[in-house]
Order: sequence, then structure tokens, then C-alpha cells
Amino acid sequence: MTSEFLGLDPKTVLLMGPLLAGTLCLLVPRISALVGLLGTITSVGGAVGLLAAVANDGPITTQLAGWTPPLGIALYADGLSVFMIAMTALIGAAVGLFSVGAWGMFATANDTATRLSGRTYFWPLWMMLLAGLNALYLTTDIFNLFVTLEIIGLTAVALTALAGSRTSLHAALRYLIMGLVGSLLILLGVDYLYSAFGRVDMSGLHVGEAPVPATIALLIVLAGLAIKAAVFPLHFWMPDAHSSATAPASAILSALVVKAALYMAMRLWLILAPDTQALPVLFGMMGAGAILFGSFQAFRTRRLKMLVAYSTVAQVGLITLVFATTGTIDAETAWRGAVYLMLAHAIAKAAMFLAAGRLIDELGHDRIAGLRRLPNSAKPAAFAFGIAAVSLIGLPPSAGFVGKWLLLEGMITGQIWVLVAVVMLSTVLSTAYMMRVVGRFLRREATPTDQSDASGYWRLGDGVAIGLALGALFLGLGSAQPLALIEIGMPMPAAALTETAVPELTDGADS
Amino acid sequence: MTPDIIYAFTGIGLIGMGLYRLAVSTQALWQIVAVNVISVGVGSILIASAYRGSGTAADPVPQAFVLTGIVVLVATTAAALCLVRRIDELADTDDI
Amino acid sequence: MTEQLVPLAILFTSLAIAPFILMLPERAVGLRTGINLTAAVVKLALVVWLTYGVINGQTFAAQLTVLPGLDFILRIDALSVLFLALSALLWLLTTIYAIGYLEAGQHRSRFFGFFSLCVAATVGIAMSGNLFTFLIFFEVLTLATYPLVVHRGTADALRAGRIYLAYTLGGGIALTLGVVWLHTLTGAFVFTPQGVLGVLPETHAATLKVIFALLIAGVGVKAALVPFHTWLPVSMVAPAPVSALLHAVAVVKAGAFGIMRIVYDVYGVEATQSLNLALPLAAAAAATILYGSFRALTQDDLKSRLAFSTVSQVSYIALGVALISPVAATGGLVHLIHQGIMKITLFLCAGNFAEGYGIKKISQMNGLGKLMPVSMAFFTIAALGMIGVPPLAGFVSKWYLGAGALDAGQPWVILILLGSSALNAAYFLPILYRAWFLPVSDQTADPVRPIGWMLLAPPAATAMLVICAGIFANAPFSPLSWTHFIVSLEYQ
Repeated sequence: MTSEFLGLDPKTVLLMGPLLAGTLCLLVPRISALVGLLGTITSVGGAVGLLAAVANDGPITTQLAGWTPPLGIALYADGLSVFMIAMTALIGAAVGLFSVGAWGMFATANDTATRLSGRTYFWPLWMMLLAGLNALYLTTDIFNLFVTLEIIGLTAVALTALAGSRTSLHAALRYLIMGLVGSLLILLGVDYLYSAFGRVDMSGLHVGEAPVPATIALLIVLAGLAIKAAVFPLHFWMPDAHSSATAPASAILSALVVKAALYMAMRLWLILAPDTQALPVLFGMMGAGAILFGSFQAFRTRRLKMLVAYSTVAQVGLITLVFATTGTIDAETAWRGAVYLMLAHAIAKAAMFLAAGRLIDELGHDRIAGLRRLPNSAKPAAFAFGIAAVSLIGLPPSAGFVGKWLLLEGMITGQIWVLVAVVMLSTVLSTAYMMRVVGRFLRREATPTDQSDASGYWRLGDGVAIGLALGALFLGLGSAQPLALIEIGMPMPAAALTETAVPELTDGADS
Repeated sequence: MTPDIIYAFTGIGLIGMGLYRLAVSTQALWQIVAVNVISVGVGSILIASAYRGSGTAADPVPQAFVLTGIVVLVATTAAALCLVRRIDELADTDDI
Repeated sequence: MTEQLVPLAILFTSLAIAPFILMLPERAVGLRTGINLTAAVVKLALVVWLTYGVINGQTFAAQLTVLPGLDFILRIDALSVLFLALSALLWLLTTIYAIGYLEAGQHRSRFFGFFSLCVAATVGIAMSGNLFTFLIFFEVLTLATYPLVVHRGTADALRAGRIYLAYTLGGGIALTLGVVWLHTLTGAFVFTPQGVLGVLPETHAATLKVIFALLIAGVGVKAALVPFHTWLPVSMVAPAPVSALLHAVAVVKAGAFGIMRIVYDVYGVEATQSLNLALPLAAAAAATILYGSFRALTQDDLKSRLAFSTVSQVSYIALGVALISPVAATGGLVHLIHQGIMKITLFLCAGNFAEGYGIKKISQMNGLGKLMPVSMAFFTIAALGMIGVPPLAGFVSKWYLGAGALDAGQPWVILILLGSSALNAAYFLPILYRAWFLPVSDQTADPVRPIGWMLLAPPAATAMLVICAGIFANAPFSPLSWTHFIVSLEYQ
């Protein structure tokens, strides 16, 4: 297969497709859902094209405007980038379908204000966000990293505010301000890295050569990314924002936006490979803290979406634990596990937020205590929620299980028993808080024998949520290909294990 | 004392003041101003890092960073102010 | 080609229908019943066919690479056939019973959907070719059983469900840790008679002991080894077919089967002995046997007494495995089948008592033999089998276990077996005495509902099996003959 998609370079499609679609959505709001859906589909096409190209030919570098780094800007796609791009496209498509189900494709006479604003503003914002995400995954340049994170951050804030309630506006404002602090830290760190190395393209960065100032610079960038990825204890802005947004926005924020920052942190960490003992311990503590605190809050909260949001805090903590394996003998396996956990969490969490949205639609409230009396119309969503919970807990055969298996394998071989215990604990805790919801679904209705069947109540949104949840459940059995994909051109093993093997991202740049 | 040191320490001071105000304020407007102060501090440090000694032209790259930072700051501040206004409007309608 | 298709077909006869049944409307009784029975019959036929194939030396296997160096493997060996035959046969009978039992119940689609899933997981466990696959199905079984345990949706049922999940998922975590850890030492492997450890027992003795403890604790929860047994009596709030499924076919048997796999096909009898792991396991099993029997004595609730009896009886299997003697192993393995057919008979009859006359307590059972002579007769056969009265199935198991204890040079086990049989008699005979020899009490004289053929045929079939498995123990294809065949592979 060629790397062309309808005669276009897939990277161009991935960047320009959503950007154009987003602009068009703004110009002709009447057909924004249609255009947005097309943009989403285009992005899926671009992702497939890029995937095929990278799978066949290995990593691909494109020099923009003919300038080579360190002077020019390059787009770079290796297995990991494509993995993230494909994940984004897949979940984006699902959320897009859900939004059509929720807000309709075109205006109708009896449109409510929420439907109208959802349809008019969700699509352009989501398109811009999608362009930002794709750009982030393709960038090789730490300054572009800052720029793309800004695009993502601003659109994400606007998506949060889209719900229009006071809670969501307050949450959006806090998100905006904290996001800006994060961005400023990243900018400061990027400048420091530039001062230390004299260049901003990632291929030129390697901390092993210039330890102290570069490590500090990396720490500043990571602190900024930690705010955006909602890593404990810098997560405090997140539960309000994720729980007060509309269902599609929550799904996007929790499944995709958080992952973007996490991805960047991983990539920078592995490329820069700082030679330090203290940082892994710090990350381990942050991860463990996130698991304990997030689970505790999820166990305490009375609101369904709040529970789902706090579960993200805990799950991000679980993924963060992988940083603590740095320097141990099988860190490579743990990293693969962490990347796979990102995918598992993204799919399952998107399914769960969409299912929660459908439940709230049908019930008219989101109190956990009120979940025991489900009308038939809410049962498909409850089913989706249950399956998504299985995957989030990480029970077999889900993708979460495979991710956790790899993470554990790396930790056991590296003999980091404390971390093994933390991972096990996280399974116990996540089961405990998920059972608060799932257990209630199975309670007998007070009004006896509602024997009519649920089949007449299916909505598009239910189908999307169940599809995603089942996907996360069975993806575990199909892990071989995705895991092979992230190996392509990956600096993981090399950077995690030795200090010398720096990947040459710019093939032939200086020749 | 070279100019870059002065700028750098001013920047650090501004960041500190901004972070403090951000941490203790509950008022949205205060927080927005605080973030602006932080970003001026970051800008100062960036400019200081571009300094290559007197008589030598400053490194243009950090200056480009600062410019981008300012653009982001303006946009974000505008968005934040919009949100604040919207929240106030909702509060007013709630009162009626 | 058929070598790959048959295992998949056996798995999918119950797996594929599960989502379909879950989505059926409640009122589609005929369609649901048809699908259920057809699938159960097809599965049984496939298992019979496969058994002939295995005898003729065919190997059945299908696999899928999940991770580099980690495969999802379905593979049939002699041990698989033992468990497969049990689950396929008892699934058919339990399905018939459940259809009759739940005639007017709620959420029948949900019930039968998860019921099928449960059986799919069980046959998956039976066919697992490595620990990774085993772990997957083991956990799926936990999840699929939970909605069945809480089926009634009452506060009690939900509490039981929580306890069940806490224990089994806790066990699952121990098992997961053990399996991953072992994988880091051994790399990928398939279940192999006499074990896969190679030279590891010499180099990593301490680690292997810890891993063994984790693995056995993991499967021991489902096998209801003391102190991990608490969930089992609590789960008795579930409907009778579920209790039958938990006790005779799926859950506890999956645990016992896991012990077999771990001892025989992962560690191997030699390494189990050289690492000094056999005796602690035998001691745990012996303790469970006595503890379960003692607790059974004092239960007035019929299902609770049967539950503690299960706790005790399933450990016969573990004991047979742990004694490291071919004769004892025969007794333990054959008890997998024998305990299954006896205990399912008891539970199905207990369900009939509850349905027919609303009788749930032993103190209400006076004269029940006159009111429900047929069900009571089946109950009597199975109870006598449990005690070990010749020539019934239970006698065969106990005979081999006793002979094996002497063979293994562990005469103390004989005392355990005698004590346990005495206790079995002490908690079953009073029930039989009440039912057959005491007059009917006034409160129980009115029938609640008539017991149809669907509630009688399954216990009739299993009671017949209890008799036949004992009398024809030496016939070809009897459980005992098959067990001899397996043991000859494990002890070469």
C-alpha cells in the first residue's frame, strides 16, 4: 500500500482535514454536524493511511518547506505516534457518532437549546482539538509541542464550557487558568532545554550529555505536562471539568486530551533519558498517591460522573507508575504495558462516559444512590457501563488486563515489589468503586415485573457505548498487532536501558 | 551585575508573586491577573536567557518564544474574561 | 482443520449464544428455551465426538498470539476431556432443570445469558492449554457467575454477591500475580504432563514456593479451601440451578481443576515433592475436609448443610492430587466427576423440596419421603453415595484415596477419611431418617406447586449416574477408567 490517501500525504490529511472542517463548521453552522462527521471520517482515513505506511516502511519524516532541523520543522511518525493517532481517530469517530445521536444531524423544528448549541459549537471545537492532537503526535520539536498543547488546551476548555451550566463554566475557568500555568511552565522548560542544547528538535536532546541544567529543564516541562495530564497532586482541576461537561466532551477530555500530555511526558522522558535515581521514586509516589486518592474519592462521591472522573485520576496514576521502572532491567516491557494501558483506558473510559451520559439522559439525574431503579430505556447504557468497568478494572480478556500484565511483568523482572503491590492494590480499589455502580444495576426493581423488553429503547448512543466497551474488552485478545506497531522506530528500549542509543529522528538531515 | 541576571531575578520574583496570589485567591479576576503576572515573569526569564553578552546580538529564538507566549496569553486572558462574564450573567439570572 | 475447529466450536456453542440470549425479550420463552437446549445438546455431541478423537490419538488445538511470546491456546488432553465431559453433560441437565425452575421468574434472559457465559468459561478452563488462557477463563467465570449469584436482587443476594466477588477477585489477583511471576521465570509454556520447570527447582526454589502459594491460593478460593471458603455457603441465596452450577459443575470444580493443572502440568509431581509443597497442600485439604464436615453438622438450612458438605468434599480432589501417589491421584481425579454428579443431584432435589413444599430447613423435612417420594429417593441415593456406601460412586473415590494414602506412606490420611465419612453419615443420615421415618408435620402438608418432569428428569439422570459410576466403575469410558488413563500419563 502506498502512503497516499486519495493522492494526499496522510499527514497532511490528518492536520489539514480537521482544520478545514473546523473552519467550515464555523462558517456554515447549519451543516456543522455533517462537516464535522466528514472531518472525523477523513481523520480515520488519514490514520489508516499513515498506519499502513509506517507498518510497511518504518518511521516517516517529512521536512516542512524544505528546511531541515535544527533550522526547520519536521513531522515525524513512528509506531507510537501512529498508535496514538489511530486511537484518537477511532475514539473520535465513536464520539462523533454519539454526538449525532445526541444532538441530531440537522436542525429540526423542536430543537432544544442544548441540542442547538451542542450541534453548533461542539463540532468546530472538536475539529480544532483533533487537529491539535494529530499535530502533537506528529511533532518532533519541543516548541511545537508547546503550540499544539495550547491548541488542545484552549479547545478543551471551550468543550468543557459547552455544557453551559454554572458548574461547568466555573470548572472551565479553573481548567483554563491551571492549563495556562502548565503551559507557562512548559514554555519556561522548553527555553531552558534550548539554552542547554542550542536546538529544539528532539533528536538533538539527550540529558546524559548535559546533566544538571537539562534535568531541571526537563523537570519543569514535566511539571507543566503533569498539570495537563492531571497527575496527582496536580489533578485538582480535573474532576470538576470532566464531570460537568457534556457526555461527548467528557469522553474526549478523559480519553484523549489527558493522554496527549501523558504521551508527551513519556516521549520526552525516554528521549532525554535523564540519569537520576530520585525522579523515578518521585513518580512512583505520585502514581501511588493518585491511585489511593483517586480511588478514595471515587468511592466517596455521590455523583456518577464524578466517580468516572476520579477513576481517571487513579488510572492516570497507574500509568504514571511506569516512570518509576526507569533503570530496571525489564523497563521496556513495563513501558509497552503503560502505552497499552493508555489505549485501554482511552477506549473504556470513553465508553464509560458515553454510557454515563446515556444513563443520565434516561434517569434525569446522576446520583449513584438513585441508580437502583432503572427504566428499561436505561438498561443498554447500564450494560455498556458494566462492560467498560470490567476493562477499566483490568480483568481478562480486556486490553486493560494485557497492559497490566506487561506492566507487572516488567516490574516483577525488575524486582520492584513495592510497585507490584501498588498495581495489585489499584485492581482491588477500582473493583470496589466500580461495584458501587454495577452492584446497583442488578438490584431488584421495587415495582415488580417490568417484563416488557428493552429492545425498543436502543438509541444510537447506546450502540456506540456498547461497541466501544466490547472493543476494549476483546482488544486484549488482539494485542499482538498494536504492540508490534509501537515497536516500530521506538526509542523505548534503547533509551530506557542504555544512555547511548539515541534514535536518529531525522534520517539524512545533515548529510 | 549583568542585565540578564537582573531580568532573570525579576522574572523569578514575578513568578513567585503570581503563584502566591493564584494560590490564595478565590476571585476569578484575581486569578487571571495572577496568571498574567506569572507569564510576564516567564517572559522576563526567557528574554534573559537570550542575552549573549553586551555588544553581541541576542539569540532570536527565545525572543520568538516570548512573542508566541504573549499571543497565547492574550488569547487565554480573553477567553477567561468571557467565561467570567458568562458566569456573572448566569449568577444575575439566578438572583431573579 | 477439525483439530482446530472442534475446540472453538465447543467454546462457541455457549459463548456465542450468550449475547444473543441476553438481548432476547423476556417473553420469547420458546425461542430462548430452544436455543439453550440446542446449544447444550450440540456441545454434548461435540464433546462425545472429541472424546473418541482423543482416544484415537488425535490432538485438538487452536491458538492465537496475544502478545509476543504469549499465546491464547485451546488444547485438549486427557485431563481436559474429564472436565469437559462433566460440564457438558451437567450443563444440559441443569439447563433443563433451570428452564422448569424459573418458569415464572424475572430476568430470565439475563439469567440464561450469563448461565451460558458461565458454561463457556468453564469449558474454556477445561480446554486451556496454558496458564495465561486458564487465567482468562478463570476470571471470566468469576464475572459471569456474579449476576447469577445476585439474581434475586434482594439485599441478601447483593451482600452474597459482594462477598463472592471479594473472595474470587482477591483470588484472581493472587493468581494473576503468580502467573505473571512464573511467566517471567519460565517464559511461555503449554501444560505438559510432569511439569515444565526443568532445572528451575534447583536454582529458584524459594521463588517457586512463593509462586506456588500464590497460584494455589488463587485457585483455592474457588475450590473453597479453608480459609478461603466463606463465600460458598453465603452464595446459597442464589436459585437452586445456580447453586448446582456453582457446586457441582463450574466454580468449585474450576478451582479443583486448577489445582490439578498446577500440580501435574506446571510444577509436575516430582518438583512438587522435591520443593516440599505436597505435604502442606495435603494438610490444607485434610483440614478443609474435616472443617467443612464439622460445620455441616450444625446447619439447619438444607442448602447451607450441602454447601459445607461441598467445602469438605471438593478437598478430596485436592487431597488426592497432593498425596503424590498414582492410586491417590486416581481417587482424587475421579472424585471430580463423582462429587459433581452426587452434589448436583442433592442440590436439584433440594430445589424441588423448596419449590414443591416450600421446605428449606432440615427441621421441616419430617415425612417428606411420603410427600415427594421420587425426589427424596434421588436425594437418598446421592446422600448415601456421599457417605461412601458401596457400590455407589463416592465409595470408589474414597477407596482409591485410602489405598493411595497407604501407597504414599501417609497413613494419617486414612484417619481423616474415616472421620470424614463418619461425619458425612452424621449429617446426612438424620435427614434421611426424618424424611422417611417421621410423620408429616401439619405445616408442610400443603404443596406449593406441582413438580413437573423438567424438575425430575435431571436429578433422575444424575442419580442413575451415581449408581452406574459405582457399579460399572471398571467399564471402559467410566470416569474411573478414564482417570486411570490420565494418571498413567502423569506418573510415568
